Amino acid sequence: MNCHSGTTAIKATKAVKRVALIGMPNTGKSTLFNRLTGATAFVGNWPGVTVDLLQAHININHETVEFVDLPGIYDLNGFSEDEKVVQYFLESFGVDLVIVILNAAQIDRQIRIALQIKALGLPAIILLNMADEAKYYGVEIQVNELSKRLELPVFLLSAKYGRGYERAYREICQKLAESVTTHKITNLKNCLSEKADISVEEMENILTGAVQMPSQIAVNITQQIDRILLHPILGLPLFFAGMFAVFWVVWNVGLPSQDIMDKITGWLQTNAIEPLVSPLPKLAQDFIVNGLWGGLATVASFVPLLVLFFMIMAVLEDSGYLSRSAYLMDAFMAKLGLDGRSFVMQMMGFGCNVPALMGTRVMRSKALRLLTMLVIPFALCAARLQVFVFIIAAVVPNGNGVLVLFSLYLLSFVAAIVTAALFQGVFKNEEPFVLELPPYRVPTLKHVLLRGWGEVKQFLTRASGFITLGCVAVWVVTNLPLGATGLNTIGGQIGQFLSPIMEPIGINPYLTLALLFGVIAKEVVVGSLAVIYGLGADAVTNQIAGTVTFIQAYSFCIFCLLYTPCLTTTATLFNEAKSWKFTLFALAYSFGLAWVASFIFYQSALALGFK
Amino acid sequence: MTLSELKPGSLAIVESVQLSRHGQALAKRLEAMGIVPNRPIRVLRQAWFGGPLHIRVGSTTEIAIRRTEAKMVLIQTNGTTN
Ligand SMILES: Nc1nc2c(ncn2[C@@H]2O[C@H](COP(=O)(O)OP(=O)(O)OP(=O)(O)O)[C@@H](O)[C@H]2O)c(=O)[nH]1
Ligand SMILES: [Mg+2]
Repeated sequence: MNCHSGTTAIKATKAVKRVALIGMPNTGKSTLFNRLTGATAFVGNWPGVTVDLLQAHININHETVEFVDLPGIYDLNGFSEDEKVVQYFLESFGVDLVIVILNAAQIDRQIRIALQIKALGLPAIILLNMADEAKYYGVEIQVNELSKRLELPVFLLSAKYGRGYERAYREICQKLAESVTTHKITNLKNCLSEKADISVEEMENILTGAVQMPSQIAVNITQQIDRILLHPILGLPLFFAGMFAVFWVVWNVGLPSQDIMDKITGWLQTNAIEPLVSPLPKLAQDFIVNGLWGGLATVASFVPLLVLFFMIMAVLEDSGYLSRSAYLMDAFMAKLGLDGRSFVMQMMGFGCNVPALMGTRVMRSKALRLLTMLVIPFALCAARLQVFVFIIAAVVPNGNGVLVLFSLYLLSFVAAIVTAALFQGVFKNEEPFVLELPPYRVPTLKHVLLRGWGEVKQFLTRASGFITLGCVAVWVVTNLPLGATGLNTIGGQIGQFLSPIMEPIGINPYLTLALLFGVIAKEVVVGSLAVIYGLGADAVTNQIAGTVTFIQAYSFCIFCLLYTPCLTTTATLFNEAKSWKFTLFALAYSFGLAWVASFIFYQSALALGFK
Repeated sequence: MTLSELKPGSLAIVESVQLSRHGQALAKRLEAMGIVPNRPIRVLRQAWFGGPLHIRVGSTTEIAIRRTEAKMVLIQTNGTTN
């Protein structure tokens, strides 16, 4: 089939008009999307943050308008999964308006996307974002001249700071009011090769005289910082020192904040929950106070620590350092059959494994994606951080806890390295490595606070879902049959039944039960310990300190770090790999690795005479 | 001469991008990142142990690129460095 008109115009019969945001990666599409719609799409200074379609609806001119945030594309003819999302979108859905977002400072190369969209005949407006940076670099743009040449409206914008937003917004409204037809490209592949193969000359013709790029840029902050952070000798030590500093802060600020939360939930328990449930039968009281409330309150005590941790993650992700760490680690990762981006995904996985798994969509080679996805679940996510802080604080009473915690982060890297080394022969790839290094950027305070608040909301949804479910399930199995206690309950029996496997790695039946339910979500491990021991957080800590030795606790941590990931991660693994075989393999492998690692640690520690 | 041979700190002009075993895909990606004929290109630094190059294309785009990929980029120097 040929491509005659580029797009097919369809008379708009549907009620909702649709606006798509298209541009190269990391140009600020999601930032603008959030500003336009009030949504909270993930924003970060890394090409490939958005890897899926995101929609939001707002009212413009008394009509509902749908805005769609798309992954960044280098080329409409792209081959990676995230670029295919955009192709699929353009082929399947009609759009009333395309907002093309360019990084104004890099207009010399990014103008290509604008020309491609124009060639396809889509109704568009061009926003030159990051006008603040363009000005700083000395890029001069004659907006009116450019607009005349492109025959499209062109505006300068700072989506992050809001400069030029009002004007751009008015233009969007105006365009939508004028729009009567919806556009759809039924045959994108042919259209692109016929019309949208933009030559360098075409780009030059549009730009010459309208845009003045600086011939040299003065030494700026980014270059000065790079001189230190990308230093061949200092680069990596600085990375690990920085990481240590982060967890030092999380430990030393997060832990005391937990006591405050415990005071609050403890007060609520004695003054609200217990009086409220006192008319109920004993068993129901026990269920509500020790099952539900006990579990949830213990998990809730970690909320301040999580908020702090994710605010630090937000600063890291928005700084531009992620790309730099890919540069620093690429040589090493290449030896493992991975590349620098795999390392970045590992770091993103410290927040949560799920977005990290999805982030691998920027990779074109299936083998590289699979190998990276195999190692991501070993990244010590924020949920496991809670488990470790809980356990370590109980068994390492002096100030060394943060060292123990840090050692688990190092172990998380080691597990990834060992895994990649073992399986690089199975997942062979030849993916080229070319990655943009964006300038360093400072996140706005609002962005950081919103990210922290987002975590509180996340916690509340999880608390009303998985975590409650897990705690209730744990309470049930540890209280049935009625009248039974300790190891005589169903839960105790399960724990004992598994003890031939868990005994050699130093994990007692109670901890085994917590791990079992931790497959649902790792927060459940913390909650279920509170439920299993039937005590408040404080008392559980003492109970663990009294019954579990340091090496048993550490063995527990190793196992918990490496074994089967949570349900959501497993589901994502399957969705992204689209293979049962791979998913089951990943699950079985991580379980095996967890057991072997704990066994080696525990038995050698015993042999060396540690208790 | 190829980009992989360019010394850190020196400036060159892109001549062309060769097709590699990755075919069009890599060439297209490099083009989209601004590595097109006549564009000034500079190596800012190289990572150790054969790691990637940190380069600047034009005046405002910075890229990390592996040396194998840098071999695909043919460049011209005017004999002047720095
Ligand atoms: N200086 C400056 N930075 C901006 C501006 N707009 C966005 N940014 C920053 O640019 C980075 C990328 O922003 P995103 O909104 O995630 O970009 P995106 O286009 O959605 O990126 P992908 O989803 O990866 O394609 C973030 O660090 C933003 O804070 C701006 O107008 N000026
Ligand atoms: Mg985005």
